[in-house]
Parts: sequence; structure tokens; C-alpha cells
Amino acid sequence: MIAAAGLLVGIVAGVLLHPEVPVFLQPYLPIAVVAALDAVFGGVRAVLDGIFDERVFVVSFLSNAVVAALIVYLGDQLGVGSQLSTGVVVVLGVRIFSNAAAIRRHLFKA
Amino acid sequence: MSGAPGPRPPGARPADSPWRRLRRAARPRATRAQLLAGLLCAALGFGVVVQVRQTDLAGLADLRESDLVRILDDTGERGDRLAEEVRELERTRSELTAGSDSAEAAARAAEQRALELGLLAGTVPAAGPGITATIADPAGEVGAAAFVSLVQELRDAGAEAIQVGDVRVVASTAFEEAPAGAGTTGVVVDGELLTPPYEVRVVGDPQTLATALDIPGGVRESLRQLGAELSVETSQEVRVSALHAVSPPQYARPASPGATAGSE
Repeated sequence: MIAAAGLLVGIVAGVLLHPEVPVFLQPYLPIAVVAALDAVFGGVRAVLDGIFDERVFVVSFLSNAVVAALIVYLGDQLGVGSQLSTGVVVVLGVRIFSNAAAIRRHLFKA
Repeated sequence: MSGAPGPRPPGARPADSPWRRLRRAARPRATRAQLLAGLLCAALGFGVVVQVRQTDLAGLADLRESDLVRILDDTGERGDRLAEEVRELERTRSELTAGSDSAEAAARAAEQRALELGLLAGTVPAAGPGITATIADPAGEVGAAAFVSLVQELRDAGAEAIQVGDVRVVASTAFEEAPAGAGTTGVVVDGELLTPPYEVRVVGDPQTLATALDIPGGVRESLRQLGAELSVETSQEVRVSALHAVSPPQYARPASPGATAGSE
């Protein structure tokens, strides 16, 4: 509940403030957002599995975002930034889909 | 998934129901981890919105290299096209400017030519160096033939404008004998009867004209044989002010150069 409220608060804040993304963050923010989304889906799945641990959720959320951003940063330094970010997005997308499928099975038994 | 066919009514196993589990997890508890998770979710929502807005107003900085290359190509092509258009328009403009210039020049030339042709056709007054010849004809013997040879001689000497009496002599001017009648003397020039003494004003090189009239066997001698006296006065300013009224040609039409060539 607090998480959903937090999500709503964040969205409203973003809409109201519409801040500029700093230039050095611009390549990494989308990847970090996708990684955090993956962490959120993983958390919901863990809740349904009955193994949710808030500490794990917080750590995985932060580490997911940071690692994803780091990978893209590394890719930029190596000159394969766009390919690597595509790869990261694909991997995270696959994970999000599998998490969503697990959630769906839990909730709808289908 | 686990091979349970058919819909299972919700709440059949309340203790294990995922919905209940979800509800239980969602129940607000003021633990530090819950707050932290809420904070992270807020950050996520914030990040999503910010990123979506950023993508909406994405500038060139967010584009991939290949997109940038394509955009650069497009821009370059567009620039080339516009530059080509600019060149074309400039060419048209200079053509138009030159066109109006040459049209002006053509108009000036045409005006000049109209004046020159007007001198030849006798429609404009002429002035310049020339001679004034006076023919005293007490015997009344001077006829049209004498005037024809006089005009021929003057033209041969380069006369540019001739006036006999009050009549301008042009290409179509005709000299006739005065109609035979009691006591009439003189010549009819273009239908106008002139009587002696005749005054002939000529614009041209004065020396050449005067000399032309004096040559042996020339105009002066023939006039003397007729009993007439020719006196010539050269001047730097002779005015030929009589005008010839031009009537539009009734039969003659300008022929196209091609037709001329064909008939020749």
C-alpha cells in the first residue's frame, strides 16, 4: 500500500515538477527505470510466493538500477553503449515478462 | 500451471489465497523497510515520468549515431536542395534585372531610331549645317525636270533633309509641271503649287552640297540655260521645318524576311 502510494506520489511529483534530466544521467535513466521496474515486478512475485523480504526488495531495487546503469556506462566507455543497452533492455524485458507471467499464474491460476 | 483444471472460486483456500497474501502485504505497516520500499517506488514513478517527458522533447543528444548520421544526411541534402533553389532564383533574378535593363536600352535605341527615321520620312523638323539655295526664275522656264535633277544632285551629295518652298522632300515626293493655263508659272510639289523664286533648304555637308551644284554641266549650268539664276548660301544652321504628313500605306505590307528570301 505504501509502495503503491509512493509510486503515485512519484508520478505526481514528476508531472508537477517536470525537472530537467542532467546531461550525464540521460543515457542511464531509461535503463535504470527499466531495471527498477524489473525489481518491482520481482517484489510483487515474491509477495505472491510468500517469500517477500523488504530488505531484499530494497537492495535488489537499488542494485538492479545501479548495475544496469553501470553496464551501460561501461558499454559507452567501450564504444558499444547502444548495443549493450539494447542487450540490458532485452534481458530485463525477459525477466519482467517471466515475473509478470508468474504473478498472473498466482492471481488468476492461468 | 500446476495442472488444476477449471476455475477455482476465489476464497476457496483462504489461508493460501494469493489475493489475501497480496492484501496482507499491501497493508500499511510503518516499518522502515516498508517506507524505504515506498520511497523507492516513488523514485521509480518519478523516474518514469521524467524519462517519458525527456523522450517527448528528445533533442539530438539522445539519438543514436545511425539516427544522427541519417538526420545529418537529410539536413545536408535539404541544404543542398535549398542552395540549388537559391542559385536558380538568383539566376532568374539577374536575368530579370538584365532583361529590364536591355528592355530599357532597346526602348532608347528604338526611340533614337524613330527620330532618325522621322528625319528621313520628314515627320520631324531637322536642323544643322547646310545650304539655302534660291532659284530666281524670271522667265518661268524652270520645270519639274530641273527640280528632279536638283534634288537628285543634292541627294547624291549627301543631303539629309530637303525642303522646297514649304514642302518637305521625302521619298514619295513628286514634282509636276504647273497645270497649263494663262500666265501660270511654277511647279507642283506634292500637290502644292510653288512659284518663283524658289527657296531650297538643305541639311548636309555645306561644302559638298555647294560644290555638287557647281559642277560643270550640273544644276547651275542647266538652270542658267533656262534663264534662271541659282544662288547658294552656306550656313552652319539651316532649319528644315516643313513636315511631311505620313499616311498609312494602303497596299504595301511589311513582308517577312523568309518570304523575301523565297521570292528572290
